[in-house]
Amino acid sequence: MTTEQRLEQLREQAWDKGIVAGRGVDVTGGPIPRRSGYYGQPVVKPPVWTWEIPIYFFIGGLAGMSAVIAFAGLVFHEIDLARTAMWLATIGAGLSPVLLTIDLGRPRLFLNMLRVFKYKSPMSVGAWIVFAFGACVIPGLIALELGTRYSFGGGTDQFLKIFAHLLVIGSAFWGVLLATYTGVLLGVTAIPAWFLHRVLLPIHFGSAGLGSATALLELLGHRVAPLSALGFLAAAIETALWIWLEIDKHGAADRALHRGLPGWLIRGSEFLSGPLALILRLTNLVPLAAIAFLLGAFISRFGWIEAGKVCGRDPEAVFASQG
Amino acid sequence: MSRSWKVRRSPATSFPVVCRAVLLFLIGLSNRRPNLVCRRIYTPNSHLPAHRMAEDFRAVTARRAKCGETMIGEGTQSTNQRRHNYVQENVEVGFFTGPTVCIGCKACEVACKEWNEVPDDGFTWIGNSYDNTGRLGASTWRHVLFLEQDCQKGNQITGLMGLSDAQSEDPFRWIFLSDVCKHCEEAGCLEACPTGSIVRTEVGSVFVQNDVCNGCGYCVVSCPFGVIDRRPQPLPDAGGAFKCTFCYDRQKSGLVPACAKVCPTESIVFGRLDDLRARASQRVEQLKQSGYEDAQLYDPQETSVRGIHAFFLILGEPEAYGLPPKPQVPTIYLKSAWTSALLTSIAALIAVLGAFLFFG
Repeated sequence: MTTEQRLEQLREQAWDKGIVAGRGVDVTGGPIPRRSGYYGQPVVKPPVWTWEIPIYFFIGGLAGMSAVIAFAGLVFHEIDLARTAMWLATIGAGLSPVLLTIDLGRPRLFLNMLRVFKYKSPMSVGAWIVFAFGACVIPGLIALELGTRYSFGGGTDQFLKIFAHLLVIGSAFWGVLLATYTGVLLGVTAIPAWFLHRVLLPIHFGSAGLGSATALLELLGHRVAPLSALGFLAAAIETALWIWLEIDKHGAADRALHRGLPGWLIRGSEFLSGPLALILRLTNLVPLAAIAFLLGAFISRFGWIEAGKVCGRDPEAVFASQG
Repeated sequence: MSRSWKVRRSPATSFPVVCRAVLLFLIGLSNRRPNLVCRRIYTPNSHLPAHRMAEDFRAVTARRAKCGETMIGEGTQSTNQRRHNYVQENVEVGFFTGPTVCIGCKACEVACKEWNEVPDDGFTWIGNSYDNTGRLGASTWRHVLFLEQDCQKGNQITGLMGLSDAQSEDPFRWIFLSDVCKHCEEAGCLEACPTGSIVRTEVGSVFVQNDVCNGCGYCVVSCPFGVIDRRPQPLPDAGGAFKCTFCYDRQKSGLVPACAKVCPTESIVFGRLDDLRARASQRVEQLKQSGYEDAQLYDPQETSVRGIHAFFLILGEPEAYGLPPKPQVPTIYLKSAWTSALLTSIAALIAVLGAFLFFG
């Protein structure tokens, strides 16, 4: 192909698509339309987080809301359910710091997270929430298991019971924050697709956490009426949030949420954990509904992180959000 | 084994040497000073010996300093060259960077890399004008933008001097601007940092303590200008977040940041922030009078960022330079996001307890 032919080809491509995917061909004054911003370079930096963070969001949400269910189970004398839920919370509390540490650029300095407390930084608040959750959940589970399995006689039993109750209350308090703060973490950034939905994100992450905790407990054999009600509630909220996300569009600023890979991830996940889970529950296919919800909640976190990456690379999104 | 250490001098080399010596001797006798013997720069003070010339230069600059004329291009008296103790005096400092005198030499990029020992992050060809650096990042703390625009620059006359409309060319301008960390008054990265690694220094700049940073990556998404980034493997010091340090180490010793020190046209000016702001508005007025209608300052003081320590003079709109038109520090979203999270938390607790109460 001669140079002239190549130039013609580039011109055709430029007129068709408004952009040419090549390097060094988008000079102004030339035949090729210019990309927006400075040669299409990103204005804000896309997140550097990898697969650990979405999985942590999923596990953290599940563990946190499990602790809440454990608390309710303890209050309403569903001890078996409370124990299983506390086991889930403890496993989550053990995995979360590991995932967070692997994602760090310098994992050996992970303790620096607890060096200061900064209420203005959701990451700092979150690190302390994870720490406090772990500090409540692990001794809470030990106390609960000791109290239910063994009998030490009089005073010790009474003490263990009160101790376990206090720690489970603490777990529920930190757990509910653990499940929702991740939405704040994404919402308080400079990425338009995230900060434009800073109100939706904590609700979504909270309800996804509650739904997945319910779903997993149901899959583990706790088919009780309260969990079923919570499953319905979570699926209904997810459906409502999907509708909200589809209505609350901000044009170019958050188009990453509606098109391409992250768009399909978010849409697919909302379909799985929203309408599909709801229909499956209505038709009494509870295990299938639980699996659908878990899958949806899992994929959704990847979708949101991927949307942040796509949106962060897109200068037009930043300009549109500030226009 | 014996070896002769006698120096052998070949006639071919010795003959010209002898000739030149003779020639010099003769010229010296003749009291003439042709260029090949002694090059002298003829300036008004060139009759003075070298040390007197330097003294004279100092006297002139001192005299002009007394009249309050110490501005750009004042040699050793320039704020880019003279020693200072801003750190000790807690003076707010800044960079004022303008494209109108930048020649795109990238000396600032090089000096920054050299002084701060920033590793090279690959020789990739981007091919956007003369820019192959791309953008600011963990290993690029100064970045010279090369902007090609189809609009007029000042009183520029293009093409064939307007002989006829058909022959005259479209207006075209080539703008260079050295981009850098803005050192915001309300810095997103500083607020976001969970380890307290990012701090505010005495001179108002934002500084990352490399030994404290654990590379969580939250500052990366919190910077409204997309400056700070996490350095990828396998570069040295990988994993930590890096950005311009405002040459804090140099400033502590009374030195000027490396980029400003080397800038040959003083397109990057370092100095007291209040002085620079005054100088910048003067410069904008001056440019507007000389036909640069679209000259403006990029210093977002009215947004939540509340002004930047490294501010810019730009021609045209900030978007073309990859600068956000209304940058916001993400902490302004804290209130609504946490309200949502706390209400969700309370609702979740009530919902779970309610479910067990009514369905249990």
